Amino acid sequence: MNRVAFAALLSHWRHRPLQLATLILGIALATALWSGVQAINAEARASYTRAASILEQNGLAQLLARDGNPIPITVFAKLRRAGWNVSPVIEGDYRFGPARIRLIGIDPLTMPTEGRAIAMSSSPDVVTFIGGQGLLVVSPATAARLKDLTSVPVKVSGDIPDDAAFTDISVADRLLEKGGALSRIVIGPSQRPGLPALADVAPELALQSAGDRPDMARLTDSFHLNLTAFGFLAFVVGLFIVYSATGLSFEQRRATFRTLRSVGISLRSLTAMLIAETLLFAFIAGLFGVVIGYFLASALLPGVAATLSGLYGASVPGSLSLRPEWWLAGMAMALAGTMLSSVQSLWQVRHMPILAAAQPRAWARASAMALRLQSLLGVALLMVAAALAFGGSGLLSGFAVLGSLLLGAALLLPAFLSGALQLAESRSRKAMTVWFWADTRLQLPGLSLALMALLLALAANVGVGTMVSSFRLTFLGWLDQRLAAELYITARSEAEAARLREWLPQHSNAVLPIWNTEGKVLGEQMQIFGVADDRTYRDHWPLLMGTPDVWGQVEKGEGALVNEQLWRSRHIRTGQTITLPEGWAVKVAGVYSDYGNPKGQVIVGLDALVRRYPTIAKLRYGIRVDPSAAPALKREIAEAFGLPDSNIIEQASLKRRSQAVFEQTFAVTGALNVLTLAVAGFAMFTSLLTLSGSRLPQLAPVWAMGVRRRDLAVLEVVRTLALWLATFLVAIPVGLALAWVLLAIVNVEAFGWRLPMMIFPADWLRLAAVALLAALASVFIPVRRLAIVNPADLLRVFANER
Amino acid sequence: MLLSLSKITKSYQSAEGPVQVLKGVDLDLMPAESVALTGESGSGKSTLLHLAGGLDRPDTGAIFMNGRDVGTLDDNGRARYRRSEVGLVFQQFNLIPSLDVAANISFHARLADRFDLEWERELIDRLGLEPLLRRYPEQLSGGQQQRVAIGRTLAARPPLVLADEPTGNLDETTADAVLDLMLSLTQNAGCALLLVTHSTRLADKLDRKVLLRGGRIVA
Amino acid sequence: MSVRKVIAIVLALLAAGDPGRAHAQGFAGLGSDAQNFSVPERGRELVFPLDHGPHDDFRIEWWYVTANLQTADGRPLGVQWTLFRSALAPGEGRNWSNPQIWIGHAAVTTADRHYVAERLGRGGVGQAGVIIDPFEAWIDDWQMKAVSGASGDQLDEIELRASGENFDYEIMLDAQGPLVLQGDRGYSVKSAQGQASYYYSQPFYEVHGTVTLDGSQIKVTGKAWLDREWSSQPLAASQVGWDWFSLHLASGEKVMAFRLRDGAGDFISANWISADGKSTPLPSKDVILEPLREAHVEGKSIPVEWRVRIPDKGLDVRTKPLNDQAWMKTSTPYWEGPLSFQGTTAGVGYLEMTGY
Repeated sequence: MNRVAFAALLSHWRHRPLQLATLILGIALATALWSGVQAINAEARASYTRAASILEQNGLAQLLARDGNPIPITVFAKLRRAGWNVSPVIEGDYRFGPARIRLIGIDPLTMPTEGRAIAMSSSPDVVTFIGGQGLLVVSPATAARLKDLTSVPVKVSGDIPDDAAFTDISVADRLLEKGGALSRIVIGPSQRPGLPALADVAPELALQSAGDRPDMARLTDSFHLNLTAFGFLAFVVGLFIVYSATGLSFEQRRATFRTLRSVGISLRSLTAMLIAETLLFAFIAGLFGVVIGYFLASALLPGVAATLSGLYGASVPGSLSLRPEWWLAGMAMALAGTMLSSVQSLWQVRHMPILAAAQPRAWARASAMALRLQSLLGVALLMVAAALAFGGSGLLSGFAVLGSLLLGAALLLPAFLSGALQLAESRSRKAMTVWFWADTRLQLPGLSLALMALLLALAANVGVGTMVSSFRLTFLGWLDQRLAAELYITARSEAEAARLREWLPQHSNAVLPIWNTEGKVLGEQMQIFGVADDRTYRDHWPLLMGTPDVWGQVEKGEGALVNEQLWRSRHIRTGQTITLPEGWAVKVAGVYSDYGNPKGQVIVGLDALVRRYPTIAKLRYGIRVDPSAAPALKREIAEAFGLPDSNIIEQASLKRRSQAVFEQTFAVTGALNVLTLAVAGFAMFTSLLTLSGSRLPQLAPVWAMGVRRRDLAVLEVVRTLALWLATFLVAIPVGLALAWVLLAIVNVEAFGWRLPMMIFPADWLRLAAVALLAALASVFIPVRRLAIVNPADLLRVFANER
Repeated sequence: MLLSLSKITKSYQSAEGPVQVLKGVDLDLMPAESVALTGESGSGKSTLLHLAGGLDRPDTGAIFMNGRDVGTLDDNGRARYRRSEVGLVFQQFNLIPSLDVAANISFHARLADRFDLEWERELIDRLGLEPLLRRYPEQLSGGQQQRVAIGRTLAARPPLVLADEPTGNLDETTADAVLDLMLSLTQNAGCALLLVTHSTRLADKLDRKVLLRGGRIVA
Repeated sequence: MSVRKVIAIVLALLAAGDPGRAHAQGFAGLGSDAQNFSVPERGRELVFPLDHGPHDDFRIEWWYVTANLQTADGRPLGVQWTLFRSALAPGEGRNWSNPQIWIGHAAVTTADRHYVAERLGRGGVGQAGVIIDPFEAWIDDWQMKAVSGASGDQLDEIELRASGENFDYEIMLDAQGPLVLQGDRGYSVKSAQGQASYYYSQPFYEVHGTVTLDGSQIKVTGKAWLDREWSSQPLAASQVGWDWFSLHLASGEKVMAFRLRDGAGDFISANWISADGKSTPLPSKDVILEPLREAHVEGKSIPVEWRVRIPDKGLDVRTKPLNDQAWMKTSTPYWEGPLSFQGTTAGVGYLEMTGY
């Protein structure tokens, strides 16, 4: 490599700062979106791992009951007396008023340090932890939520994930009313030699080895895959910018390359220098990108955290830490992406004859052959998408459908636009109109990458928008059905619950107990709810399918309802028998939709539930009352029982909260959508800017024949808008197809529910308006240049001495 | 009198400061007259042609076309003037790359609202462009391109044709053929012709020769 | 970080207060107020086997065995087995809400090694506890258990088992004499202000069994001494620790002597036990305990050699530890190890020193 030669190559950029900025910004944007999304994913995954190691002690091996039931206290003693170094855990969700908290009750006397999250370094902590009223050790955010909701003292520790509380096993036992029975048993890392075998001591327990992937990580896989897909889409869109910028810089330096080679720089050396240059830019821009990505992720993370907590109950901190896994990945993507976008140009340099005619050539003129090949590939991809959509299964296949659909459509776009322009041209009579269409078609090769990027962004917007809006409408309708009771009330104790059961029937139309237990069904931990025999359920509960006498069967305790997630994931048929904890076999009588819940769920008759599991907590109730009387009744209950406000929730406020969670859930998707669109707009801008450089020779003859610069400028705007519009029109069907894939394939795989697709043309108009603004913004600078171009510059085109 | 230039001066900004290209040029052209504008490189031939064609404005002096002052027209006025009263043929970049030969030929005539199918047929025939009509400019040789440019200009039948080294890129034989064709067709159409060339051999074919030197007409 | 840290925390909890005040509450919180706990009363007659069992209304209690053993080739060896009960509150509780905390300490001391282990557990869940008939005291897989079929007192014939890192032992203890009530018929005064505990011993055990050290089994025989003590506030707040001796004299007589250290003046108490088990409590002034040599142990200076004099009984001996470094590195650390003595008579015994 030659320093002088390298300097000559680099000098190109000094004269074209805008081009340099475009290239750097393109790489930086692509990297930023990608690494931003990766940062979010890494943070979330780290948080699951941390939560699992802290909350579930999953760094240690554990013992679980084979039948999924609680482990009797005597089993623990048996193990200890046999010499096993084990420690008990009682855990479960507990409601402090409106706050649902995961209680993890540990025994600090036997728990190995590896299994305890909290440093109890001063003895008063320990005294309060183990004795007296007990102690809830929680995160600062959880402490804020629990304020005034519990009489148990609260201690703040930064190490605890949100919405979880560490407490002494006795406190957990008392609050969760487990009667001493254990949720699981943690095995200490050091054991004495010659222990009796587990099968001899406690055959009812099964060993779960340490370091299993956290449940939450498995549960949220689909969400993170989703984010990754969006990040990648944005990355690809960003690469279009890089591709056009590098392509242009190579094209403009052909003469330089030739000169360098003719003064004795070998082709190998030239290629090496160009690769070095590309890597240099990729590195610098990649650094920028990672930094931007960090801020982007920081801005998005609170939304993601809200989504994860809304959808999965996963607790992820709202702040970001620098993790090598994502910034290294971001840099790698920047380098790889930039190299990928430069490969074609580099290849051309390698095959450029040293003494080629110095005739300028349109740098990205796609031949008819190339266009045909591209279109064939597009058609093939669409066929793959269709085949996978109807023949494939699994989430990855779903995303493959998305990918081939989008890419196929994008590849077909230039051919489609070219055809449309040809048609328009042939239908035109006026000379200027003919020229306008013909000239637009001439620009197409230079713009097609940007337009493809635009198509991707627009289609993603239409698709995701349709999905979210369909989801919203379905979800709201479902909420209306499901939240049928006017008031929801949670007693603070069983005694209070008993008094409420006496009092409430005299003051309301119906009292619907909302009691549930938790246990393993089909090998999966899930909630089992009981429903009372009441018209409310028959009239309102959103059933997807059911046997003719579904409610009768449920009521008699013979039938159970399963939610859609469970039904789909386990391929359950109605009439099939499933076994609930403690060997209770019931027939599946129906399937209900249960949006927003990541897990399976079963509903049985209330009487049967209480008969089977007499110890369940009987604290929650739905109350049917004339809607207008609800506020008054709420006040009355509050006065009669002294229940805090948070324990009596009105339907309306519950709905409001659910909706807020829903909106949060898709806020991030929306933000990524906007960003993708912005990148596509930028790609368009750079393409137009690039083209504007080669526009003068094309426009000068027309100008010379008496067309004003102003008219030419207006036509340039109209041309850009026409291309945007055409792309937008293509984006709508592509977006709808995308929405269909999301709703019918990806959602089913990711969440376990399928949603009806609805169409929202008003959203398209809004998108069109945004797209129009972006189009105008992208065309503004290039056209302004043209409108005020000095006639001398136009004349120079015709000058003989060039 | 078709075109009358009087006391035209024009200077340009260059890296070394303003350069006065034209220092007071007077030139008259009769209808259907063909005049060769010759001179050395940098003598201001092209500048003068651009001024006459309404592509640029003189610093001082007047340009009268059919008795109307063209030099003082604004941008719009000059655009209209270019569209309907003159036709321009350049050495290169004459054609609109996005249009095929047929569309290129009829483009100016349609723009000027003087499209005449029969005349265009005749032009195509005389210029021998029939087999090339569906081709695009980049698919043509230099001579072919120039014939199309001439066809396009004459199709609009402007009163005045301005040509700037139209054969400069062509070899001698082709250049002669193209120029002969051009002269004959201009005559047929009744157009005046102002031709910039540095070749005296070509200049001799025209009615009159004018020599530009040092920004002034010297002969 | 290790399991030890957890235990440290929990035992610190026994200090029941912030560490800065620990000294004002005596060693390991034994000087804390009795609060709702019962306090020992002079004159209450100890009843067996009932009093072998736990007394949940008292804050602190222990079953404490020290054994002076030797191997077949005559090498001396000490074994300790202790079960502490420490209550956060008096009484029992449901399931995990039991305020009784059990702590086991086990040790084996040779001339050059000192093996220690500790176990912790909560009462009421079966992990640790004491039952009286048949007698069994246990935590995890450690136990002190009456040998079935034995006649007489439940503690006459017991089996001891414990294990820890690189050691375990299983020894049989056979009492050759009766239980010995310490102090005033089992009421043992610990300070001039009247703090006291219930205290009785079984100092007449003959021992045989097996000790396994670093994988090799060793047959052992020897003598052992069991202490039983319970109280709620056995120390005065100003007492910072104690030095406790149990001596097996060559004559078959036994001596128990302790000194409770207090800035305001030490409190010394001793009991001369005849070979047939008769107690002669000795007044404070009749016993002279005099440190002779300090050893550097775990960064502290600990008096490991003593001169013990009881002039009225003609006893004047110098004690030498088997191993200077008999440091119990448990959550509440202390020194406990076998000793031998010579002088007017010779023999073996155990020394426990706390609060250094």
